[in-house]
Formats: sequence, C-alpha cells, structure tokens
Amino acid sequence: MKKYWSFFKMRLMACLQYRGAALAGMSTQLVWGGMEILLYRAFWLENPERFPMGMEALSTYIWLQQAFLTLFVIWDWDYDILKSVKEGSVAYELLRPANLYGMWMAKCLGTRLARASLRMIPVIVVSSLIPAPYGLRLRIPPETFGVFLLAMVLMLLVVCGYSMFVYALTFHVTDPNGVMVLSVAAADLLGGAIVPLPFLPEGFRQFAALTPFASMQNVPLRIFNGNIPLSEAPGVMGLQVFWAVALLAVGCGLTRSGLRRAVIMGG
Amino acid sequence: MKLYLKFLSIHIRSAMTYRASFFLSCLGHLLITTNVFLSVVFLLGRFGTVGGYTLSQLSLCYAVILAATSLAECFGRGIDAFGRILSEAQFDRIMLRPRPLLFQVLCQDMKPTMLARVLQAAVMLVWAIGSGAVSWTPAKGLVLALMIFCGAAVFFGVYLINACVTFFTLEHIEALNIFMDGPREYGKYPFGIYGKPVLLVLTFLVPLALVQHWPLQYLFDRGPAWYGFLPVASLLFLIPCGLLWRMGVRHYCSTGS
Repeated sequence: MKKYWSFFKMRLMACLQYRGAALAGMSTQLVWGGMEILLYRAFWLENPERFPMGMEALSTYIWLQQAFLTLFVIWDWDYDILKSVKEGSVAYELLRPANLYGMWMAKCLGTRLARASLRMIPVIVVSSLIPAPYGLRLRIPPETFGVFLLAMVLMLLVVCGYSMFVYALTFHVTDPNGVMVLSVAAADLLGGAIVPLPFLPEGFRQFAALTPFASMQNVPLRIFNGNIPLSEAPGVMGLQVFWAVALLAVGCGLTRSGLRRAVIMGG
Repeated sequence: MKLYLKFLSIHIRSAMTYRASFFLSCLGHLLITTNVFLSVVFLLGRFGTVGGYTLSQLSLCYAVILAATSLAECFGRGIDAFGRILSEAQFDRIMLRPRPLLFQVLCQDMKPTMLARVLQAAVMLVWAIGSGAVSWTPAKGLVLALMIFCGAAVFFGVYLINACVTFFTLEHIEALNIFMDGPREYGKYPFGIYGKPVLLVLTFLVPLALVQHWPLQYLFDRGPAWYGFLPVASLLFLIPCGLLWRMGVRHYCSTGS
C-alpha cells in the first residue's frame, strides 16, 4: 500500500508545481460559470415554473461544477499511460514490484486531486460572495455535507475506474481514440456536464440516470444543492457503488488479460 | 494565393494519410457541437422560447457562429501554434524567407478536420432557412453571408491577439480561452440573452455581437435595417489586431538556436 501512496504523493507534488496555470484556469472558470448562470437566468425569467430546481440551487450546482471541474472531467486523459501502452514502454513499469493497475489508479487519483485542490478554493470563495440567488450557497446541514463528501469519494472512484477501463482497453485494441471520443461525448450529455440532468426531457433523463456517467458529477453536486433529498441518496449512491465496483473489476480484468497476451518487442 | 492553395493541399493530404484517425477526430468535433446543439433543443423543449427566440431562430444563430468559428479555426489555426513556433525559434527561419510573415505562420498549420463542422453548420443553416425562421429577401441573404465571413474574420482577430501576447509572455495564456473557445459555446444563444453588460463588452470591446446579436435582430424583423450591416463595422477590430502584431514582431528577439 505504501508504494501506491508514494506514487500518489509524487503525482500530487508534480501537479502542484504549476501554480500559475491554476490561477489562470481559475479566472477562466469564474467567467464560464458566470456566463452559464446568466444563460439560465434568461430561462428562469422566461418561465420560473418550468425550472426543475430553484435558481439558487442551480447556481450552486454550476459553481461547484466549476470549482471541482478537474476532479471529474473525462477528457483529462493521462496521455503518458496511453503512450506507454502503445509504444511498449509499459514494460519498464512491469519491472517494478507493484501492480500496474494500482500504480495507474494512484496516478489518476493524485493528478485529479492536485489539480482540483489548487483551483477549488478561489472559485468557492469568490462565488460564495456573489449575492443570492446567483452565488454559491454554502450553508447546508452537516449531515448533507457528510453525505456529499461520501458521494464525492464514490464519484472519484467511478471517474478513475472509467478512465482506467479505457486505458486497459488499449491493450486489446490498436487505437483507443474512437472509444475516447465517444466517452467524452456521452459523458458530456449523460453526465449532466452541459445541462444538469433534471433539465433533460422525460424518458431520456431516466435512461441517462442509469449510465455510469450519471454516477459522476451529477450525484454529489445535486446532493449538495438539495436537488436530491437525503431520503433518495441511498438509492443513487448505491448505483454509484455498483458502477465503481463494476468498472474497477472490468478494468482490472482487462489489464490482467491484456498483460497475459502482451508481447513486448525489442530489447 | 497559389502558394496558399499548395500548402492547403499539403495539409489535407498529410491529414488523410491516417484516414481512420482523420475521420475519428472529425467525428469528435461533430459530437461536441452536436451535444451543444442538443442542449439548446432540450432547454427549448422545456421552456418553449427564451428571450422571445424560437428553436428555429436559435438554430440559425448557432449555425452562423459554428460556420464562422470553424472557418477561422480551419484556416487560422497556424496562429494557435504560434507559442511553439516562437519557443522553438522557428520564427527566425520564417523571418528569413521573402514572403509576408503572417502568411507563412498561417501556412504552418491548418486544421482540415474542422471542415466537418462547416458541413454541419451548412446542414443546420439549410434546415433553419427552410423552417421559416426568417422571411427571406436578397438583402437578408447578403447579411447572412456577411455575418459568417465577418464573424470568421473577428474570430481570426481574436486568435491573432492571442498569438501576439505570446511575443511578450512566450507562453499561451489560458485566460484568453474565454474569448477563443467561449464564443463557440455561448454564441449558441444571441448575446443579448446574457444581459446588457455582456452585450456591451461584446459590442464595443470584442465585437462578436456585431456579427451575431445585432444583425440577427434585423433578420428576425426586430430591429432596423442598418443593424444588418454592422458585421462590416466589426472588421475595424482587425486594425488594432494588426497593429499589435506589428508591435510584437518589432519586439521580438530570437530565443537563439
């Protein structure tokens, strides 16, 4: 376990070096979040009754989404890993006395946590200063906050499990680009990245909720803003656990079978 | 011009060498913009109208922005890689050649996969035109063409500013993405939707509203006819862009070999 912890720490430290980039990214995120809220405001003014949640809840969703963006975006692939499988340098990794899947997982978690930890604080501070209903509403009951934290952890496992699944797939297909392109598009639409899931039309929404993408940002953000009441939380979080376990198991299996078949060329 | 076409064909041919990956990245670009449009469809399905615009009017709006950004990205992408050109001192080599600097930079890189989006924009335009969003007259057709081409020019100006900044910082500034990728995302709705302050910034500072919001008012019969010819005024934006470029070139000292 200790070796995975140090992989995680190494990655965390490497990412924390880029403080300037984080600061620049933060200002982008504030503007994007602001534009998004102005847009929904137009819809809200048009017809507040058709809004599936309060304006304040929506603003909270959008600001948290911006704050934690790097935690759950699917398109943030680790190209080092993809390249190492494609070009065969994964052989070096295999020489290490550690499990390949575990190493990758530690890297994935470390990168995401480091990037998010730099960006989230300023975004949260600034957006919570914006007056209601357009700002981030931080005052929530402590038990909701606890459930939110748990959902965040599960979300992170699902996201990393999914990325890992795609990396492991690279052992079996020559070009993972197609899967990657489709995953990004599906996650955008089905995961509530472009439009929060409650805004989707009936039927399509229920379908989206079952996919692994809905077990990502959708769950913790909507628990935090109160759109998923605590009484319904066990159901959606159960689904999160299911997807986390399923993706980790499939990813592990694919890595193992891929390694068994893999032939490393050259000397 | 002949030289430019030659470069264009080189870039297309080099992209087509890896045919599968060419089509995959086309597909990727298409899926992203399709998703953006689907979000408009979903929200309009729920709310009916927004700010008085209907779905077919909004699809016209998005088609215009999509066409303009894709054209700018396809042909102006060379400027996007400008940071690399500078840091690898390739710019020295460019300066030695007896051809205009900007022309050479543009020829360095093009993005033919973006043509897929131009095609998508064309399909959406045809649909929006057919769905009766606008009662068409020859003048309105001309305005539409102006919107697309002046729009592409303004976007190109934004890319140019972004490249000029790298003369001074030697590194791409992420915050400028707000004006580079942002408009494609937010231009799906007429900028007036976002309220007065945003509209003012996008009218007078970065004149994107001049190629989108104002002429649309004329097309939808919500404003006077002179709004329709504001896209021409947006071309004034290229003057400070050009000046900045010349300032950057003068400021440039090589990174060495």
